[in-house]
Amino acid sequence: MHEGSLTGLPSGPYKEAPSGPNDFAIKLANVNGTGSASANALLMQAIFRMGIPVSGKNLFPSNIQGLPTWYEIRVNASGHTARTARYDLMVAMNAETYAADIAEVRWGGWVLYDSTGPLKKSLQRPDVTFLGVPYARLCLENFAGARERTLMKNIVYVGTLAALLDFDMSVLSGMLDEKFGKKPALRESNAKAIQIGYDWAKEHFQCPLPIRLERMNATADSILIDGNTATALGALYAGATVAAWYPITPSTSVLDAFKTFCERYRVDKATGEHRYCIVQAEDELAAIGMVIGATWAGARAFTATSGPGISLMGELVGLAYYAEIPAVIVDVQRVGPSTGMPTRTQQGDILLCAYASHGDTKHILLFPSNPGECFHFAVAAFDLAERFQTPVFMLSDLDIGMNDWVVPKLEWNDAYKPDRGRVLTRDEIAALPKFTRYSPEDKLAVAARTVPGVHEKGAFFTRGSGHNKLGGYTEIPEEYAEVMERLSRKHRAAAALVPPAVIEKRPGATFGVITIGGCDLAVREALEQLAARGVKADSMRIRAFPFGDDVEAFLASHDHFFVVEQNRDAQLRSLLVLETPVAKEKLRSVLAYGGFPLQARQVVEGILAQLPDIEDPDFADRRERPRRAS
Amino acid sequence: MSYIRKPVARHPSLRANALGLTLRDYEGAMSTMCAGCGHDSITAAIVRAFHETDTPPYMVAKLSGIGCSSKTPTYFLSGAHGFNSAHGRMPAIATGAAAANRALTLIGVSGDGDSLSIGIGQMSHAIRRNVNMLYVLENNGVYGLTKGQFSASADPGSKSKRGEPNTQQSIDPVLLALSLGATFVARSFSGDKDQLVPILKAGLAHRGFALVDVVSPCVTFNDHDGSTKSYLYTREHQQAAIEMSFVPHREEIVAQYAPGTTREVAMHDGSLVRFSKVPDGYDPTDRRMVMDWLLEHQRSGAIPTGLLFLDPDANPEMHAASKTPEMPLTDMPYDKLCPGSAALDALQRGYR
Ligand SMILES: Cc1ncc(C[n+]2csc(CCOP(=O)(O)OP(=O)(O)O)c2C)c(N)n1
Ligand code: SF4
Ligand SMILES: [Mg+2]
Repeated sequence: MHEGSLTGLPSGPYKEAPSGPNDFAIKLANVNGTGSASANALLMQAIFRMGIPVSGKNLFPSNIQGLPTWYEIRVNASGHTARTARYDLMVAMNAETYAADIAEVRWGGWVLYDSTGPLKKSLQRPDVTFLGVPYARLCLENFAGARERTLMKNIVYVGTLAALLDFDMSVLSGMLDEKFGKKPALRESNAKAIQIGYDWAKEHFQCPLPIRLERMNATADSILIDGNTATALGALYAGATVAAWYPITPSTSVLDAFKTFCERYRVDKATGEHRYCIVQAEDELAAIGMVIGATWAGARAFTATSGPGISLMGELVGLAYYAEIPAVIVDVQRVGPSTGMPTRTQQGDILLCAYASHGDTKHILLFPSNPGECFHFAVAAFDLAERFQTPVFMLSDLDIGMNDWVVPKLEWNDAYKPDRGRVLTRDEIAALPKFTRYSPEDKLAVAARTVPGVHEKGAFFTRGSGHNKLGGYTEIPEEYAEVMERLSRKHRAAAALVPPAVIEKRPGATFGVITIGGCDLAVREALEQLAARGVKADSMRIRAFPFGDDVEAFLASHDHFFVVEQNRDAQLRSLLVLETPVAKEKLRSVLAYGGFPLQARQVVEGILAQLPDIEDPDFADRRERPRRAS
Repeated sequence: MSYIRKPVARHPSLRANALGLTLRDYEGAMSTMCAGCGHDSITAAIVRAFHETDTPPYMVAKLSGIGCSSKTPTYFLSGAHGFNSAHGRMPAIATGAAAANRALTLIGVSGDGDSLSIGIGQMSHAIRRNVNMLYVLENNGVYGLTKGQFSASADPGSKSKRGEPNTQQSIDPVLLALSLGATFVARSFSGDKDQLVPILKAGLAHRGFALVDVVSPCVTFNDHDGSTKSYLYTREHQQAAIEMSFVPHREEIVAQYAPGTTREVAMHDGSLVRFSKVPDGYDPTDRRMVMDWLLEHQRSGAIPTGLLFLDPDANPEMHAASKTPEMPLTDMPYDKLCPGSAALDALQRGYR
């Protein structure tokens, strides 16, 4: 692992708190398509139900069956549930990856493996404890059929872990009741599998391990939800009626969930009629076209995609921007460029979305940091899109979108009314001497629009070609520029209405840390660790573009900042440099973009490595620089 | 340019339709097409079709892509919302508009470049989805707006203005649409208004995707000797194979076939398409037969025209397939869309 030595730094070497009860990480190494995913989710859910803050991250390959896949569970009583790669316990269920998996366990940790056959000498490590359970043999003896044996092996290790980590067995058994309530035979075989694993552990190992669970009450008001489900719920609650999409990992489940919710809440019981229209488009060019057509006609509409889809949508995003048509685009980011790594996470589309399309274009972006914000920002995206008559991008990512997160229960205010923006009613149009599309403008630099099918006098020609403020075709420089200037003012006006940045001040802070989206938890944890070592920083999590006054004020509050983000090219930093008066030299980057969710240690190391350069420019020459976390 | 005002001089016979509107009320800004461009004749036929079907202009949405042909929605129905979108992307935008407000009457105008090259995917899928719209493909065998390059509908051997022959196969939108399950497929000629207007009217009444491929000569880039999309060539090779009339539902429909009628097809809105002349053994509702017949007859260079295929029930229209209610989604009250806080609480009990 990345045990880069940082000795010599004023703040001391990087050291995570030692593990212990309710503070540990396990990694489960499995084979894709063998049923491990539901067993692993069961473990995470049980910990959540024991009231303990937990996260579960699926590190899966772009494959349906056969390739190695991993799941990580981090338990942390203080709520630090960002990814950590310091594994206390490895559940090594994939012989193909034994070597790498075993090598990753921390000094003094444990490896749980299938001891049906002997473990190769070369895999042994003197500094970790090997816990062998003959899973294959136990399954052979207790279950019939190859498929069931494969599936049940996962449940047997759940049982082993239940003993090793001291799970509340009533929680597990309650979950089996819920899951298999209607299938008693399945419930029985699952319960049996758990018992087999549990009994074996009790008989052969010293249970529980020092890393173990202790019931807490920290998750009582929380739910377990992934960001894509939460996003779909947001679209449902915002009143979106038209959705168009083209399947792409990791966004597909947004539309899957939207469809499920619509089937549940939007189907007329008496008539069977659907109060929604979901179109699986032929590609993303068409998906965004359908959204634009639907919003132009007066519906709330959205699409969800990932980077490759955003690239394709560029053309029509520019049309929507210039012709001033609302659109909500959810970008669940994955690793680019090109096809990149479809099942890995990144924040690589920030600049692409900010300026998507040719010519001068600038968009409203929202950056949720967890599924809770996905829900609320999705609703906000529809309001902003209609208020400003423009595309709004919500940039989540694979880690937020596809992993289950523990977040506070979602709250809904029944007083909410969709902000449809300036759409003229039949009477308002009738009362006008003459309707002109792009003037007069209001305080937000927005002009009223009309939708088809309302009133003759509201008719106008929507075009992506040059137009003047009346909506007429133009090639006259001044007329063209007049509209473009207003669009620019309009974009700036949105800064006051988008979600503000989350700014946290620490007494004695000597610099600031700026971050975005899913980096949140890792950065918080890192800032606490740094503070414990006397390195104090204020922090700002950007939640939207255009940037508001709060962002500019924060940028003026220190001489030095670290911008933590998950891409190679420091895209958030670039956007800040381009769109605020901040001096470029004030912003240093901490970047981690290999595809796995950010860890606190990467942030701590990234900052500490550069701190001396700030505090004492000569320092860097006097010491050996630590390696950058990958 | 479209901001040039149209002269006020009017031709005399301006009959009001059932809405009390005259032909003039269905016109638009003055055309900026080259004089003699086929597209202008199609515009005139569109104006008549809307007028004669008593369509309220404000209930119409007219959409197009990019090209000379795609400019033409400016020249008809100034009382309708227009959307001159992006090259080849009109079908998707129309699909979205149709999804949002099914009460709108949608007309899409496109060119052979717009529809058969850059937009062939979107057009094909709009056909598959059977989006309820009239789709007019103004087919001149060239890219007019970018000055005369061959389009995908140019016939092999057809010569460019500079005398170069086209070496690639052509895409026939009629056969393409038939193979994609289209429910209404017609071909006509911009110079044959008598044939075109009833086809357009039937296309407006059709609940589903109505493809009307109209040969529409480009006088500037493709009207020379050796072109197979010139006025002369089209006049010489057009075969008005199928003759029909459109009987709107408000007219009393006589039970018996009118004299000479070979077949009647009832439309979903209660109107009728009355085929008065079809070739021997031709069944305009038999997709396979129509495709075979066209392949056979087009081999010799003939251009069979008319409402070639009609089967309103061949495939469900997009809304029927989506089970959406008659009430447009745009009219759906918000409280019918948002499940509210109690439902959210209940749902979240399952997220523990
Ligand atoms: C993305 C894109 N590529 C290229 C063009 C340039 N372009 C404009 S119109 C056109 C061809 C139009 O041909 P057609 O649809 O047949 O229309 P016509 O002018 O012949 O009526 C092209 C290639 C464009 N507008 N957009
Ligand atoms: S260039 Fe051709 S298609 Fe374009 S307006 Fe002129 S004649 Fe018509
Ligand atoms: Mg053309």
